[in-house]
This record gives sequence, C-alpha cells and structure tokens, in this order.
Amino acid sequence: MSVTLTRNERQFANFISIIIFAFGVFLAAAGGNDPLSVHGFIIIAVGIAGFFFTADALYKPEPTEERLSYYYDEPIKAGVVLSMAWAVFAMFMGVWVASQLAWPNLAFEGAWSSFGRLRPVHTTGVIFGFGGNALIATSFHVVQRTSRARLPDQLSPWFVLVGYNLFCILAVTGYFIGITQSKEYAEPEWYADILLVIVWVTYFVLYLRTIARRKEPHIYVANWYYMAFILVVAILHVVNNIAIPVSLGHAKSYTAWAGVQDAMVQWWYGHNAVAFFLTAGFLGMLYYYLPVRAQRPIFSYRLSILSFWGITFFYMWAGSHHLHYTALPHWVQTLGMTFSVMLLVPSWASAGNALMTLNGAWGRVRDDATLRFIMIAAVFYGLSTFEGSFMAIRPVNALSHYTDWTVGHVHGGALGWVAMITFGAFYTLVPSLWRRERMYSAALVEVHFWLALAGTLVYVFAMWNSGIIQGLMWRTYTEEGSLAYSFLDSLVAMYPYYIARAFGGLLFLLGTIVGAYNIWMTIKAAPLAVPRKSDVPYSDAVAVPGE
Amino acid sequence: MNIDHESLVAFAKSWGLFYLIAFTICVLIYTFWPSNRKKFDKAKKSILDQGDEPWE
Ligand code: HEM
Repeated sequence: MSVTLTRNERQFANFISIIIFAFGVFLAAAGGNDPLSVHGFIIIAVGIAGFFFTADALYKPEPTEERLSYYYDEPIKAGVVLSMAWAVFAMFMGVWVASQLAWPNLAFEGAWSSFGRLRPVHTTGVIFGFGGNALIATSFHVVQRTSRARLPDQLSPWFVLVGYNLFCILAVTGYFIGITQSKEYAEPEWYADILLVIVWVTYFVLYLRTIARRKEPHIYVANWYYMAFILVVAILHVVNNIAIPVSLGHAKSYTAWAGVQDAMVQWWYGHNAVAFFLTAGFLGMLYYYLPVRAQRPIFSYRLSILSFWGITFFYMWAGSHHLHYTALPHWVQTLGMTFSVMLLVPSWASAGNALMTLNGAWGRVRDDATLRFIMIAAVFYGLSTFEGSFMAIRPVNALSHYTDWTVGHVHGGALGWVAMITFGAFYTLVPSLWRRERMYSAALVEVHFWLALAGTLVYVFAMWNSGIIQGLMWRTYTEEGSLAYSFLDSLVAMYPYYIARAFGGLLFLLGTIVGAYNIWMTIKAAPLAVPRKSDVPYSDAVAVPGE
Repeated sequence: MNIDHESLVAFAKSWGLFYLIAFTICVLIYTFWPSNRKKFDKAKKSILDQGDEPWE
C-alpha cells in the first residue's frame, strides 16, 4: 500500500498519523474514567500503526510515472476485503441477536452481550461496515472506469478508507461498552461524528476531482447516483448529529433538537439513509455492473435519468411516514405518505429498467450465477419499494408499525436488494481487479447464490407471517370491547417465527462465508500472464443493443 | 415577523407544489432535448468499451 504513494504523500500520511495520535491522546487524557478514554486508546493505536506503517516506507523508492497510465486499484482491493470481513462479522452478530429473541439465555447475562447492545452492532456492521465499504470500493472503481481517468492522488482514497473504518470500529466498540446517542442508525457519539464529517468531505472532494479529470465528456449516470449518495449523506449526518457534549471529557452528548422536531429530524435522516445510503449508492452499482456483466447497454438511459431525479427529490419528503399517529402534525404525516406513494414510480422505473436490460439475455442469467445475483437484486428492489410505499399509507401502517412486518420489509431490502447487488458487483469486480481469469470456483458462486436466496426467502416470509399475526392480535377485541390478547400472548405466538428467522439468517451467513472464502482463494490464485484488458467477464458474448 | 404554523402550512402546500412542478418540467426538458439523444446513446454504450486503462 504505502509504496504506491509518492514521497510527499508518505510524509503527509505520516503527519496525519501524528495528528490522529494526538487526538487519541487528548480523548484518552480528557476522558479519565469515562468510557471515552477507551476510544482515545483505540485512536492512539491507529495513529501509532499509521505512523510506523508510513515511516517504514518513507525512504523506499518512489512509484514511477508509469503508474499514471493505470487506474489506482489498491484502495479498491482493500475496500472489497474489508467489506467482506465486516459482512461475515456483522451477519454473525445478526444471527446471534436473532437467536437471542428465540432463546433469551443466549445473552449469557452479560451487559455487553444484551440484545440492546448487540443489535446496533449488527445494524452498524452490515449497513456501514459491509455496505459502506462496498460503496466506497465500487465508487472508486466506477468513477475511474466511466471517467477514463485515474484517481487524482494516492493519499486521499486511503484516508477515506482508513478513516471510515476507524469510524465503524469506534461505533461498534462503543455499543459494547454502552456508548450510544440513541438515534437509530446514527448511534455513534459526537467525536466519532466529527471524524466522519472530515472523512466524508474528503470523499466528496476526491470524487469531484476525479470527475473533473474525466476524459469521457458525459458523466455516466452511475456517477450521479454515487454523488447523490455522498452529498446527501453528508448533509443528513451533519444535521441529525448537531449536539453538545456534556464536556470534552465525556462521550455523552445532548442533541440540539427537542421533542417532535427531534423525532422528525431523526426520521428525515433515517429514511434518507435508506434512500441515499442503501438505495442511491447501490443503484449506482446496478447501473454500472449490470450492463458490464450482461454485456448489454442499459435498456433506457433516459429512463435512468428520470428515475434519478425522481428518487432524489421524492425521497427527501418521505421520512415522516415513520411517525404516523404521533405528535407530528397530521399534514406532515400526510405529506410523507403522499411522497412515499409517488416514490413507487421512479423506484419501479429503475427496477424495470434493470429487468428490461436483461430481457433477451435470460439464457445468460440462467447460466451465470453472478448475473442472477444482480437480477434477483433488481426484483427485490422492486418488491421492497412496492411494500414500502404500501406500508407508508397511514391505515396500513396502523397494522404494520411496531411489528415484525417492518423487519421483514427491511430485510427484503437489505438482504434481497443491497447484499445481492453487492455480491453481484464483487463477483464481477474481483477477477478483474486482481487480474484473474475468473473466480476461484464458479460452483461456490452458485452455492452462495442459492444459500443467499433461500436465506432471504425464509427470513422474509417468517417476518411477514409473524408481523401480520402480531398486528392482528394487538387489535382484536372481545365482544365486551377489551383486548382479546395480552402482549405476552402475541410474544408466544412469535416463537416459531423467530426460530425460522434465525435459520434463514444462518443460511444467508453461510452463503456470505462461502463468498468470502471464494474471493480469498481468487486473490491467492496465480495471476494471468497477460494482463486482462477489461472488466468484462471471460466469455465470447458480444454487445447487443438493449433498446 | 411571526411565522406561525398556519402560514408555514400554506406556504408548503402552495409554493412547494409549484416548485416541484417547475423542477419536473426542467428535468423532462433536459431528458428529452433532441440533441441530448446522441450523447445519451453514446454514454450508455461507451461503458462497455474494452480497455482497462485511463485515457491519455
Ligand atoms: C419506495 C421505497 C420505500 C418506502 C416508501 C419505504 C417505506 C417504509 C416504511 C413505511 C417503513 C416502516 C416505518 C414504520 O412503520 O416504522 C420502512 C421501514 C424501513 N425501511 Fe423502507 N421503504 C422503502 C424502501 C426501502 C429499501 C429499498 C430499503 C433497503 C434496505 C428500506 C429499509 C428500511 C429500513 C431499514 C426500515 C426500518 C426503519 C426502522 O428502524 O424503524 N426501505 N420503510
């Protein structure tokens, strides 16, 4: 890694490590007995590691000018590996928390291992660890290829990647020891939030600089989605996390927002995190890796532009559907509901565009498990956006809210859409990045596909069933007008579904482990003698126009 | 000036709508502008071009 940096960049990296170290020392000292000091020490460790790593390379020979005639792929490789490592870890945590719901003793009476602490470890690990690293890695890949330009420097991509993973580690370790600001999907405290702002601004600037160097006059639509993802996440993150720490020596902070405004800001953030983190970025992936893997241009480029603007502008207003029947003014709820229903149009435009691109190439979808991952992702994207628009309708939400139906919806999106498209992208990307002819084992890709699909279906059906039963039990009245079931009755009814869900999750986890192993073995295999000329999978297929 | 709830609602319900309509019209014009067609066609095909090196 560090030998691909120029001497100036190594010096600067060295300097940054010292600053990180100093920041860690400050937190550790100011923290005293507060859990904050634990994070101070973690940051110190990262600073020291970075210092020695870069110092070691300081006087090694510089990379030659020849590097400029290649894309800069090293950070992408690291991102892919990190993403898969997070996936295995966080999905394991998911199976664990799912099992705790069926068998509460699995918390082993520890505070750190209680459901309330492990759940955010799971959600942060999959969304930010797995998803975020996948987005960063693929965005570096896509922006270089579609701009036909190399990243502008060697340091900032590493800063983004390392800084971002430090943020994830601070988040996850914090939950174990009880640090959280209790905002869903935004649990990390103020100092981690500040770190993320710096990292994220660097990321956006890096992306813009690469685009500015482009040799291709038109900016391909996948980049629009990635840029919307980066820009909007920056805005969301800053606004939702405005807070005042108790003191510089305390992890705890208090948010600037109060009461129902706080709830609205949180779900404006939360829903747009779904929209721009879990959707826009992954649509960027879809619009690049689908055509490349299928060797067919996207069905309609114009439709992709219309759905881009539709999604960016409708999603912004939809967050209040998370707050139906609350103190939030009625008209704001109605606004969110209306926009959520309208969202179905651009969402299905993207899903349909993807499926129409494959229309006429179904034989390839049948034979190529990687393409099948991408196709199933588009199907689940269509499914979960339909479901979401439906659940956002107030009377429907009266049934679904607080029940496992929401959890079913989330995982249709997260497993079926986000994870599937990521695996499809990785299986396309990995052989090309490491210049291998193909994945280590096509059979294992196939195994992974079926485990992932089976796991998703078991999971989602279990939660749909349990959610609707739950919702109905809570609203069944006796003839005397009292509730027919106690909460405990509904809990007992959930038991078989919780077991089924844990099993579905286990299947999905096994698939991910198989995928990680396959990727690892591909990396270790012998490289091709002749460098590959493109990202295109090895096949004799020719490009066929889609429209 | 005292901005109360009612006036905010009125603003959101009227100008919010016009803003979205204007915005939609702009997007539609850009998407269907005849001379953009060639650019879009080229864009969607060019990512399939072979070659895995940056252009000089
Ligand atoms: C048109 C698109 C979508 C709409 C309108 C929509 C709507 C909704 C609604 C109404 C809820 C339930 C809120 C509640 O009752 O508390 C929800 C929850 C959720 N959705 Fe979606 N959804 C959409 C797409 C997606 C996608 C693609 C994902 C990807 C993973 C996703 C992830 C989530 C998550 C994580 C939650 C749980 C939030 C929580 O923790 O309470 N949604 N969505």
